Amino acid sequence: MTARRPRAAPARLLRIAERVLPSLALLLAWEFAARWAGNRLFPPVSAVIITLAVEAASGRLAYHLGLTLARVAASFALAMIGGCALGIAMGRWRLLDRMLDTPLTTLLNMPALVTIVLLYVWFGLSEATAIAAVALNKLPSTAVTLREGARALDPALAEMAASFRVGRWAGLRHVVLPQLYPYGFAAARSGLALIWKIVLVAELLGRSNGVGFQVQVYFQLFDVTAILAYTLAFVVVVQALEWLALQPLERAANRWR
Amino acid sequence: MALMLDVDVRRKLAPGPAPRRVVLADLRFTMDDAEIVALVGPSGCGKTTLLRMVGGLDTELDGRIGWTVGARPVIGTVFQEPRLLPWRTVRENLALVRPPDAAFAAGLVDLLGLSHAIDLYPPALSLGMARRVAIARAVAVKPALLLLDEPFVSLDPAMAEQGRLVLLDAWRARRCAALLVTHDIAEAASLADRVLLLSASPTRVLRMVVVPEAHRRQGLAAGARFAAAAI
Repeated sequence: MTARRPRAAPARLLRIAERVLPSLALLLAWEFAARWAGNRLFPPVSAVIITLAVEAASGRLAYHLGLTLARVAASFALAMIGGCALGIAMGRWRLLDRMLDTPLTTLLNMPALVTIVLLYVWFGLSEATAIAAVALNKLPSTAVTLREGARALDPALAEMAASFRVGRWAGLRHVVLPQLYPYGFAAARSGLALIWKIVLVAELLGRSNGVGFQVQVYFQLFDVTAILAYTLAFVVVVQALEWLALQPLERAANRWR
Repeated sequence: MALMLDVDVRRKLAPGPAPRRVVLADLRFTMDDAEIVALVGPSGCGKTTLLRMVGGLDTELDGRIGWTVGARPVIGTVFQEPRLLPWRTVRENLALVRPPDAAFAAGLVDLLGLSHAIDLYPPALSLGMARRVAIARAVAVKPALLLLDEPFVSLDPAMAEQGRLVLLDAWRARRCAALLVTHDIAEAASLADRVLLLSASPTRVLRMVVVPEAHRRQGLAAGARFAAAAI
């Protein structure tokens, strides 16, 4: 331990460099290629960043990005809560699993666009419909992941809890849920990636604000720079969520390993 | 000493699809409220099944598990594997079973030599340590009956002997009935008041041997000598 300590700081720097340098190289390549091409439809990254700054200064970026993030949060929460509950229930009760397996598979294979269009047609172009449609796109895969987890629960630990008369709530909290955390994190990670893409589609089709709406507006103006600026802002936020929320939570849950 | 448990299993079938094997047949024995009874038999003879039935984890049987105290009393179980929650520390694992007397539980931790490991996670423990935690957990609930399923199997002889001493320490700290399953007849004779010899499956009691007071709990070597002479 002590022998390794002097090397710890450079090793850490090296790990950060491994992550950052390739992305930086790509950005530089983009910059030079775009300057060389000199086409309005392929703007250099510097132009994108300037547009981003202008949009941020005007307050438009915060408004649209904020709305989109709120929608992502709402549908993510709905999909995770609903999907986890359904998946765990199906993993524990075979009858429910047999009854709901086919509808779940159908929903899993339903194109996101179809779900969104149908819900908009049936329930109107409202905020609630948009959020429900996005959640419904993610819910089946969350349920399938958590069903695997619930099927893999260790019966030996359940027996231990029963023999010591551990209560229902304590058993859930200390025995069952920790076994499901890895599945929950897997579902959350893929869920975040999926949901923010689908939210943009739902916004494009039936909302008058949000990043998806802005992309549509700039698409009609053929303003590629603005489209890329909004995309870049969103990618940065989602990456920050992964680094600042998901990964620390996962580390805390895996402390015992 | 008073009668505590009256086991009368007429027939117990193996789980699974028909035809189901008969695991236990006409198995009868009783237990008093402060004695250690050892069950010794060939492997696969249904000893673990019997413990599960006494512990109330398996209720499908033809016969009865009769408690003279009425309902099933508080039971502490030491399973064959330690069955600790790997994502909770030793302290949290012990707290999970809600020991009724915190001071007694803390005393057990000291007695079993677990104080320095109290904040470790079970994956960091040796098997011997994990087994001691499992014993502490079972005794900490102040059980009326301890169920022990091969608690020292796959430990090296020195560790197993230490485990037995620790178990006896815990048992002396709070006298209760204990039902011990083992395949090691010397271990049985060195710990128990009575040894029940079981047949191969379908299992019943072949013989009951009372360990005379003078030979009780005198260590493994004495147990082995007694077993060789009397069993």
